[in-house]
Amino acid sequence: MAMADQPAGKSFRLSMLLYDTRYRSITIQVIMLTLFVIGVWWLINNMYTNLAIANKAPDFGFLWNPSGYDINQHMIDYSSQSTNARAWLVGLLNTLLVAFLGCILATVLGVFIGVLRLSKNWIISRLMTVYIETFRNVPVLLWILFANSIFIDTLPQPKTFRGENATSHMLWDAFAFTNRGFYIPKPTFGEGYLPVLIVFALSIVAIFIFRKWAYKRQEATGEILPVFWIGVGLFFIPAIVTQLVMGSPIGLEYPALKGFNFKGGFHLRNSLISLWLALSLYTAAFIAEAVRAGIMAINKGQSEAAAALGLRQNRVMSLVVLPQALRVIIPPLISQYLNLTKNSSLAIAVGYMDLTGTLGGITLNQTGRALECILLLMLTYLAISLTISMVMNIYNNSVKLKER
Amino acid sequence: MKKSLLLGTIAAVGVLAGAASAATLDDVKANGVLKCGVSTGLVGFAAPDANGRWEGFDVAVCRAVAAAVLGDSDAVQFVPLSSKVRFTALNSGEVDMLARNTTWTFSRDVDLGLTFVGVNYYDGQGFMARKDLGVGSATELDGATICIQTGTTTELNLADYFRSNGMSYEPVPIETNAEAQQQFLSGACDVLTTDASGLAATRATFEHPEDFMIMPEIISKEPLGPLVREGDEPWSDIVRWTLNALITAEEKGITKDNVEQMAAAAGNDPEINRLLGTEGDLGGMLGLDKQWAMRAIAAGGNYGELFEANVGENTPVGLSRGLNALWTQGGLIYTPPFR
Amino acid sequence: MKPEPYVRREMLAPQPAPLGETGILRWMKANLFSGPVNSVISIAAGLFVLYVLYRLLPWAIQPSWNATSLSQCQDDPNITGACWGVIHDRFNQLMFAFYPHELQWRPLLAFGLMFVAIAPVLFDKVPRFLLAFTAMFPLLAIWLLWGGSAWPELMVLAGFFIGYAVHKALVGPAGELTAIILGVLATLLWWIFGVSPVAEMLQGVVPLDITPVESSKFGGLMLSITIGLAGIAFSFPLGIILALGRQSDMFIIKTLSVGYIEFIRGVPLITLLFVASVLLNYFLPRGTNFDLILRVVIMVTLFAAAYMAEVIRGGLAALPKGQYEAADALGLDYWKAMRLIIMPQALKISIPGIVGTFIGLFKDTTLVSIIGLLDPIGLANSIRGTTDWNGIVWELYLFIALMFWVFTFSMSRYSMYLENKLKTTH
Repeated sequence: MAMADQPAGKSFRLSMLLYDTRYRSITIQVIMLTLFVIGVWWLINNMYTNLAIANKAPDFGFLWNPSGYDINQHMIDYSSQSTNARAWLVGLLNTLLVAFLGCILATVLGVFIGVLRLSKNWIISRLMTVYIETFRNVPVLLWILFANSIFIDTLPQPKTFRGENATSHMLWDAFAFTNRGFYIPKPTFGEGYLPVLIVFALSIVAIFIFRKWAYKRQEATGEILPVFWIGVGLFFIPAIVTQLVMGSPIGLEYPALKGFNFKGGFHLRNSLISLWLALSLYTAAFIAEAVRAGIMAINKGQSEAAAALGLRQNRVMSLVVLPQALRVIIPPLISQYLNLTKNSSLAIAVGYMDLTGTLGGITLNQTGRALECILLLMLTYLAISLTISMVMNIYNNSVKLKER
Repeated sequence: MKKSLLLGTIAAVGVLAGAASAATLDDVKANGVLKCGVSTGLVGFAAPDANGRWEGFDVAVCRAVAAAVLGDSDAVQFVPLSSKVRFTALNSGEVDMLARNTTWTFSRDVDLGLTFVGVNYYDGQGFMARKDLGVGSATELDGATICIQTGTTTELNLADYFRSNGMSYEPVPIETNAEAQQQFLSGACDVLTTDASGLAATRATFEHPEDFMIMPEIISKEPLGPLVREGDEPWSDIVRWTLNALITAEEKGITKDNVEQMAAAAGNDPEINRLLGTEGDLGGMLGLDKQWAMRAIAAGGNYGELFEANVGENTPVGLSRGLNALWTQGGLIYTPPFR
Repeated sequence: MKPEPYVRREMLAPQPAPLGETGILRWMKANLFSGPVNSVISIAAGLFVLYVLYRLLPWAIQPSWNATSLSQCQDDPNITGACWGVIHDRFNQLMFAFYPHELQWRPLLAFGLMFVAIAPVLFDKVPRFLLAFTAMFPLLAIWLLWGGSAWPELMVLAGFFIGYAVHKALVGPAGELTAIILGVLATLLWWIFGVSPVAEMLQGVVPLDITPVESSKFGGLMLSITIGLAGIAFSFPLGIILALGRQSDMFIIKTLSVGYIEFIRGVPLITLLFVASVLLNYFLPRGTNFDLILRVVIMVTLFAAAYMAEVIRGGLAALPKGQYEAADALGLDYWKAMRLIIMPQALKISIPGIVGTFIGLFKDTTLVSIIGLLDPIGLANSIRGTTDWNGIVWELYLFIALMFWVFTFSMSRYSMYLENKLKTTH
């Protein structure tokens, strides 16, 4: 082995490989690496032997064949004539969608509940404790099934909306909540919609510029501007004015009952909503605990000092406690985001067509390429996880206490 | 022969790798047990009864093969397999044969390294809906929401059917039968689709079966049959001809009750004689003894008897013979001759 | 004569505090109605709780315990809500699935003995010799659960003694390290080549067997607990090794550990379970066939080990550097320092994390229903598929949720108690 090349000195003996601390770590590492390589080789060799007997070499060609099945929720064009690779992409997008929505809702709920859990109001803090202990102590799979069953069993069927003596009605003629999902209006873009969008984008840029300016001004003069309300105004007013001036090019398409189902509008399927809610509610319980721990970790003197400066209760929270607590909260938050994303693979239990449902489910079943599909599946999840933790770590480093 | 040792049940697995043998027959004889992959539980085809004994139409094929090869219809280890793992389990040698209502298709036969040895049930995909939905035919299903059980050929047939008829639909893929029933019964989907035999079995468990109708259209051919690994001809021959023996037995009027008596001495029909080993040595050609077919038939009866006992009209599943009648009675069940 | 100014001569009897400042009223004032906003919130929250109970309790409290099918509940005019008969009817199944009725004392006994086994780990006052029982417990549990001959388990146990004997015999002539390596080698060789034939032979001489139970009969809560406990027990040593590997300054060992940990933590458990159920056979020599529960336990162990390693690494990192330096200063070598100084402290710090990992793992055992094992959720699906209980949903799910809740909640409370007890700072 590589050892023979080592400058061994005058009195090199073989036993020095084990007993001389200079060489021992190298010996151990070489042995470990050899064992590792042999182990991996053994597994791969077995795999090739087994596949050779079945006349099946690993082959990723199936990815470019038509998939043959339909997927109900696809964010890009997809039909049963599309390739398996495209089905994989559709699944990936669906996974990312539910993970993204889930992380947002879970964070909002989690922070809210975590802060409320520390409330001085007894009944509120008790209620939050009950929430946290209920949600985090029951398997998430059960919550997903639960949410799905609630939607299926308690919401009305589309056909009850029909006819003169309908037993269910749409909300404002725009929203329909059925046991096949939620139907909500969808924006339609008519002639001349572009200026409206541009104005809208510009006003968002303006909000940011204004906030920066207001901050600078506060630093300089101590005067606090009503940033929030001006921001809200900037957000809505210019876009609405342009919309009216241009003759309302952006309209809404309302869902309407046609045939078996509602047509038009967005269709948020049951599977998506139940998965999203269950994952968010479950993860929110963990985030709430992290938030609570983060706030508790801040020295009481900090809030007392802030109160002594004359800050009001909510300002103490938002200006002094939360920014410091954030540093403690971020690392567990990252791992909760990762958990949520990984748990979204349980979508298969409610028929949401995520990565596990398409690539690891139907494609695997229909092509029989188990090895290739599961390999790709794991690598995709790994890539997602690494990306999330990379992005979040960059953020974490930016808020970390800079020690000088 | 390679042997692997599982130590205690802790995770220490040590293995003496050796050249893999392709002769399943030798393995089965050496183990003294046939490992047969079956469905995880489909009433009538493969399901454990209250005492944990596996019963059903597919199970009967396994038992017949075990009887032919090992002389004991109970020398079978039933391995329940989900649709996801069934082919890998067969390919990796976890089971010796698969009798798991599996559809014989081109790509499975050619691409997946499997050999289908015959058909024991001719099925087709159908639709079930509530009667008050007001739909009498599958061609009126444009825009409907359809519950499908994933992992079967059903999904592909459904996509093809709607595409070729220029109709749209909303698929609701569901992993388990229980979920599918819940969604269907609560109206989360308009239509439930799977093999017609499965629909009949499912409807039988409903509280008010009369409220539901199975539509007349059968949109696909689903020949279900046992299969083995590719590349082991002697073994696939054994499974194929065991199945054929059961069918020929029905054709020739050999039943569970009279098979011993007919095998005792040569009769007038030379094919019966060859089948039951009183003339020639067909068993020897398979690598078995002369009585192999006699034992296979004695295990549970001929094809017709197995059908009636497991899925026939007097069972809860209540299927009529239909396509699965003998060719002499207008069905498709037909075997090459024993000659 | 001026009147004498009024001077009270006797003490006033102490008065109780005003009604609004004591007892429940004061408490309510302080905690519920401390201001107008708070009062409104409290009243709203109170009404919400009452409303939920008002809707839930009439549904839940039903005389349906003895029903034997859903239609019986629906036909009974006295029953207007939950049909709890399904829990009564299938209780045994939800606990043990198809484990033979007359043998169910075995898993129960194993479960009970588990507490004896973990007692010496958790409490210092328990006699030390019980640690030997702890070490033997996994093998004992396997024997009790699966039954069959006890000889393979005994022979596996004998492997440890063989290793120890080889080490003892060689430590003089060949030196410490060689003796350890050869001892481990001897144990492995014995396990690979010796255990099966010797156990078979001894079984022929002295039959030592109880009724075997197939894995396919396992299920219910028993399966969840078995997988959870086996996963945590086997992943613990693996996790320690990985954590040490990750802390190590040997490049290759560190890289392998980090790679393993990050890979496992980056993929969902369900994909690993797919590997267990679909792929594992491909990676083993042809004809290797062992049952699904064992494959799942292996995968769950590998999965939990990565998380365990991170928890223990946290414990190692939390130790002040002085502890490591002190150990070095005493002249202890690596293993001695780890065994005597570092690990006892690091593990103590990690206990809440370890319990947390276990709770997570226990909840994750429900995922095995997706690959077709009959854990409580898998059983719920099959119960709902029968004619009797076709269409029952809430009662089963609620019951399963409650079972898990009771276990995980008590474990998390226990971990909080331990955390407080082990605090050495003031």
